[in-house]
Amino acid sequence: MTDPVIRFKDVSKTFRRPDGRGDFVAVDKLSFEVGKGEIVAVLGKTGCGKSTMFNIVAGLIEPTSGSARVVGHDPFHEFAFFRGKIGIVFQNDRLMPWRSALDNVRLGLQILDSDPRQAEETARAWLTRLGLSGHENDYPHALSGGMRQRVSIARAFAVDPEILLCDEPFSALDEMTARDLRAEFVRLVRQSDKTAVFITHQINEAMEIGDRVMVFHRPARIAYETRLGPGTTDADRRKVHEDVMRVLAVEQTPA
Amino acid sequence: MTNSRIMRVLQAAAGMIVLAVGWQILSFVFPHYLFPPVPEIISRTIEILITGSLLVDVLLTAGRIFGGLFGAFILGGLLAMVIGQSKSAENFIAPVLTFFQGIPALSWVVFAIIWFHGIEFRVLFIMVMTTLPAFTFQILDAFRSMSKDLFEMTMAFRPSRWTLFRVLIVPTIVPGILTAWKVNLGNAARVVVVAELVGATGGVGYELLRQQQLFDMAGAMAWTLQLVLFVLVVQQTINAIENWALRYRAVSERAM
Repeated sequence: MTDPVIRFKDVSKTFRRPDGRGDFVAVDKLSFEVGKGEIVAVLGKTGCGKSTMFNIVAGLIEPTSGSARVVGHDPFHEFAFFRGKIGIVFQNDRLMPWRSALDNVRLGLQILDSDPRQAEETARAWLTRLGLSGHENDYPHALSGGMRQRVSIARAFAVDPEILLCDEPFSALDEMTARDLRAEFVRLVRQSDKTAVFITHQINEAMEIGDRVMVFHRPARIAYETRLGPGTTDADRRKVHEDVMRVLAVEQTPA
Repeated sequence: MTNSRIMRVLQAAAGMIVLAVGWQILSFVFPHYLFPPVPEIISRTIEILITGSLLVDVLLTAGRIFGGLFGAFILGGLLAMVIGQSKSAENFIAPVLTFFQGIPALSWVVFAIIWFHGIEFRVLFIMVMTTLPAFTFQILDAFRSMSKDLFEMTMAFRPSRWTLFRVLIVPTIVPGILTAWKVNLGNAARVVVVAELVGATGGVGYELLRQQQLFDMAGAMAWTLQLVLFVLVVQQTINAIENWALRYRAVSERAM
């Protein structure tokens, strides 16, 4: 059996409250593993620590305690090791407004010191693949929300990362656009055999995308987990849906 | 040229024409050594521009302004970066800069004359000291306005410090830098005249002092206009650079 790509062991993350009155536990002894080529959908209510977990995997923040390993390395401290290994699609597109669509897609390749001509070709190819041919020179303000999010997906894929992290990337889009992009995203991940962690607060989205669905309680720890696959029947899916609803419903609201 | 742009130019021209007509009327009422006629001022202004020995003084002043501003910009940029990355550095440096901001330009002129011998170094020192705090604080503000979202997105690609500076920090602070140059240009033009007036043997300030000694109001106006024209030309150049550098910004068709 191959080593997991992502391994969390009793990971906790505590933040100091902005008013200085005590600490706030965002992640509480969270343990899970994600295997190679797996797409894991993480569900949970707003403020349950999904994004904190996401930021720990991305190496943007350091866990307070426990061990977080991505491809066997510490994502926070081994900064240089992860160059080009993790691609991220955020909730908002986070495009640089001063860069054209092409230059935004090229950003990661530029940071990785890729050959400029090769980088441009790759960026163009990804824009074409995501249906943005003809918009290469458009600035973000001239693109629709769906188009901007496509550019940010292209930016994440362009560096050919081993792991893709997605933090509610389609939540700000209308349902039709979100559905198209979701299907496109899953197709791209499967084609390239990447490992993906997909955060969402929509049950249907989680079930549509994930090979595995994890539901987080507040503070982030796994309250429910199930696998989905080609063999999963409609009845099974309905059952999972009901279970997830029930788990989310019993969750306490924060103090 | 679009209609709105033509209208803007006409409105600006109308304001200047009213000012010139008012001055000309005053020249009919008062003696010419107090209010010289507008055509005389214009002819003296043109004379300075086409006479090599006089134009040298204008260029000398322009060079001093650019030198001082460039020095303050480099130093202010470095200080802003240091302050922006360390709270301790901010606690140490910011009060000193605020203290400097309170020192009048004329005091710096006196200090420079007492401390230094070379005229050019004196002027450079005065220019840098008077514009440094504004440059530092404006670049610092621009640096701090950097989007946390874009910072995190860029950091996710694990850039080197230099690449981060190149791809994110520089484009973020460019609007602030351009504003700082525009604001400081006017200040620098005023300060350089004071510095030249007291401690220089050439330049627009020195020539203004000569006109005062000769009681030549037309000459004083002509030399003043050289500085005004210089500031206008540089402001327009900065505006053009700004329009080019910030061309990515969405512009609403509806005016406020």
